[in-house]
Amino acid sequence: MSQGQTGAEQRLVTPGMAIGPSAGKRTGSGIITEKDTMIATQLGWLQEKNNTMSVHPIHSAYMPRSGDLVVANVAEVRNNLWFMDINGAFQGLLPMSLAPWKVEFGAARQHMDVGNVVLARVQEVDECHNVVLTMKGVGLRRLNQGAVESIPVQHVDRIRGDGNSLLQRLRDACDCRIMVGENGRVWIDGDSEGIAWARKALQMVAEKGHTTEFEAILAEMEQQKKGDA
Amino acid sequence: MGGYGDVKLLQEDGLRLDGRKLDEMRPVKIEAGVLPAADGSAMVTHGLNVAVAAVYGPMEAHPRKIQRQDRAVIDVRYNMAPFSTSDRIRPGFNRRSREISKVTAEALESVVLVERYPRSKIRVEIEILAAEAGTRCAGITAAAVALADAGIPMRDLIVGVASGKIEDTVVLDLDKAEDNYGQADLPVGILPNTGEIAFLQMDGDLSPDEYNLAMEYNFKAAKEIHEIMVEALQKRYEGGEA
Repeated sequence: MSQGQTGAEQRLVTPGMAIGPSAGKRTGSGIITEKDTMIATQLGWLQEKNNTMSVHPIHSAYMPRSGDLVVANVAEVRNNLWFMDINGAFQGLLPMSLAPWKVEFGAARQHMDVGNVVLARVQEVDECHNVVLTMKGVGLRRLNQGAVESIPVQHVDRIRGDGNSLLQRLRDACDCRIMVGENGRVWIDGDSEGIAWARKALQMVAEKGHTTEFEAILAEMEQQKKGDA
Repeated sequence: MGGYGDVKLLQEDGLRLDGRKLDEMRPVKIEAGVLPAADGSAMVTHGLNVAVAAVYGPMEAHPRKIQRQDRAVIDVRYNMAPFSTSDRIRPGFNRRSREISKVTAEALESVVLVERYPRSKIRVEIEILAAEAGTRCAGITAAAVALADAGIPMRDLIVGVASGKIEDTVVLDLDKAEDNYGQADLPVGILPNTGEIAFLQMDGDLSPDEYNLAMEYNFKAAKEIHEIMVEALQKRYEGGEA
């Protein structure tokens, strides 16, 4: 047991641990039901929301879902498509028909080459984990400047905060544009000092966002940044 | 095996060569998250055995012929370091490590929810740094903790534990001398919460009664090791959510 930022007691569960009877409760992610008993399947913190029990995992891999905004790297280029590294188990596929440009067959490399970073959205994921990405949409584009910082996938929500409140606070503090991908990659654009501060702040939020001293540390960092400016 | 030679494995007071009782296990120490580069890792010290396990993935299974359209494959590589025993071991895969890798993978497949990751591969590397009988059990225990540390969904943890027979007496957790000069060895992989057996091998002969007693010892030891595994995982994240 431990205390999080909310002060509520949290229970750390391990795979196979019995959580309680399943009667009257719904099972969420990280939980299975066997013989009317809920059993945790992942190492993480037990949560109960709207009568649904789930485990917020301590570690997890990125599992793409349709509609996710991701920061992707071009991993491979073919005549009519790009293979994108989306920080998941499988590469995503971006066909030229879903690129924001008019691409001639065989000319894909002229628009994006290996190593380029893009902001894309997951269009479709099938049951065999084939991921199709799209760059047709508002704000989806090739990222030509700035820096990409990686954070643990399970901490993406923590970086955003309630209604993007924390993310906006970080943006304001460093005067940078910050886009958080669901795949645990964050794109930061601004002056070099702002980017450096944002990277440090992101790692701090990922590591200490749940603790009681988090607010004080962030306030101190913000103060320091203001002083430097 | 077979009890040849004049090695006396049981003393007159009923204790074993290292002073343990018949149903006493060697000391076990487990640490989770020992390798920063791995997605999950663990180190198990079981007596003089030291096993380190690292888990990577789930990732796309390569070569593609090993992919399963409905589930993930678990790729286990068990290896003993050349310096793990008193005689240097030739580095690389051999028949024994191939066999242990295979049985370990099959044991882990029965607990990991492999159907969640079709076409994927979960890579488990088990390195034995020091060996003193029971390395496959220490390896399985380490792999289970490393899988949990990596956030891989599992039905239960799996505990590797062994019993055996020396001088016509069933004992728990054979050490090197008992393994070399004893009459039987019964390593099993136990799911402590459900009481299921995920893998079982037997070297030597046991009567039904001896087998039942050996399994009784194994289940008792599995419970003890399971507590240490849970403690190791919880200790890694004590003091709040990571």
